[in-house]
Order: sequence, then C-alpha cells, then structure tokens
Amino acid sequence: MEVKINISLKQGVLDPQGRAVETALISLGYSEANNVRIGKQITLEIEAEDASRAQQRAARMCETLLANTVIEDYSIEVADPS
Amino acid sequence: MRVAILVFPGSNCDRDMMVAVETITGRRPALVWHKDSQMDPVDLIILPGGFSFGDYLRCGALAARAPVVESMLDHASRGGAVLGVCNGFQILLETGLLPGTLIRNERLKFVCRSVNIKLQPDHGSPLLSTLDPGHSLTIPIAHNEGNYFAQEDDLEMLKQNGQIAFKYTASPAFGPDNPNGATDDIAGILSANGRVLGMMPHPERAIGNGHPSSDGKLLLRAILQGVA
Repeated sequence: MEVKINISLKQGVLDPQGRAVETALISLGYSEANNVRIGKQITLEIEAEDASRAQQRAARMCETLLANTVIEDYSIEVADPS
Repeated sequence: MRVAILVFPGSNCDRDMMVAVETITGRRPALVWHKDSQMDPVDLIILPGGFSFGDYLRCGALAARAPVVESMLDHASRGGAVLGVCNGFQILLETGLLPGTLIRNERLKFVCRSVNIKLQPDHGSPLLSTLDPGHSLTIPIAHNEGNYFAQEDDLEMLKQNGQIAFKYTASPAFGPDNPNGATDDIAGILSANGRVLGMMPHPERAIGNGHPSSDGKLLLRAILQGVA
C-alpha cells in the first residue's frame, strides 16, 4: 500500500530555512508571501492487510524514527487500492 | 579508568577524542563500532562529533537507533557516565536520554570558531564537581545544527533541577555571544542524575599542543575525575 507521510514543524518552532525562503520570495516581488514553513514528505510502500493497519504501522514508524515529536507534527495518507 | 568511544559511519572526532583521553589518562580508550551489540563494561562512554549516517533524516536520528546505542542506554540506566559532544549530543537527544533537540543555526550558517562557555553554578553533576562554579572555558564549536530547543515544561525542568551545564557567554573577541540562537544560550545539558552530559563545544579540540586553548583538557580531566 502506498503511504505518504507529511512532516511539518510545529507552530512556534523557529524555522530559519522557511524565514530565509520567505525573504527571498519577497525580494523577488512576491510581497504577499507570509509565514513560510518547510517540511518534508516521505513516501513508502507498506505491506499490510488493509489501510487502517498500514496507517497504524506508519504512525509507529513516525513515533520511533521518522518524526521528532519534540518539534515536528506528522500526518499520514494511505492510498487504498480497493 | 575504562573509556569507550562509539564510532558510527561518518563520525570524525573519534580519534581526536581518543588522543585527548589518552593524553589525560595514559590509557587508550576502546573504539566501539556501531554494529557491536555487546560491549565490555566501562566507566565512561563518549559519543564523538561528526556527521553520523550523513546527518540523513535528522542529525543523530539514525545513529540513535544503532545496536551499540542499546548498550549505551543500559549503561546509562545503571547510572553509568556518558559524554556526547556535538553530533554525540544530537544523538543523546534523539535517544531521549536528554530532553529537547538541536535545530538549524538561527542564521543558517555553519559556525566554526572558539566560544566562551560558563559552567552554571547550580549544576548538580558529579562529573563537573572539581571545576570552580561559574568557571568560564574557551572551547571551539563547529556545527550547523546547534540551536538548542526544548518545550516549555522541559526547559523549566532543566532550570529547576540544575540540569543546564553550560551557557554561551561573552568573550573579548565576540562580546555578548550566542553563536547559534540556542534558547537561553544553552551550550550543554545534563540528565536528571547529572551523569549524562551533552554539549555542542568540542573539548577534544582544546587540549593544548598547538590548539588555541587547553580548557578542553581541563574539562575532560574534570569529567574523568568525576567518573572515577
């Protein structure tokens, strides 16, 4: 099953990269750009009997390795072929 | 005094640390490869600086799940002493042995220079007890992710329990100094029992013999005495 995991910085956590990108956007004339935050997406395939099981396993992976829950939130999307 | 230095793919301060410790104790520490799940008992485990596993995913994240780290966690849970420097500090945070995390330097630049750090007088660590309270040390840093961050309640706990070991402090060269944006100028923290120390500055790069300072030697000697 194809799984997409989105990892984003929690609100309130400083994102120096996002801030630098925001400054660059504004200097390119995109003055409407605001509150730029940079996260990451991890895609993987999980062998599981159904989508809810895949979701559960992906959440475990996030808790044990993929996300640092001190500063990051994660969300999981499972593409259910059925 | 038995000391082990853990080595991960991408560690690059392991040998400097080995030389530094040997200079002080006269005995060569063991280098232990990350895949070793068995480790002989030691008095102090050191996690050296570097770029373990290429800093992939997050600094220290993959190293923190390596087999040898299980032995390190057992050692720490029995009250064993642990020192993590730079990437070693990042690894300690990723294992959860110390609270908080290290994020990208505020100004997005790799910072490589000497800093002054001040030993916090209320620290409760036996590892640092032979140093004068409030002692200032000049030790180099070299990192891109050294900006200490912790949630409010963790920060409060660190303050209440005297778990903040070192803060960046003013120096003649740089004036008031916080090189990376770290919360409360934090440069190093301790576990609740004071026997696990994580710090960004590299004491093994300040042991005299051509180094700009020998304060790192002073600090390592204090830690080695504190462990014994």
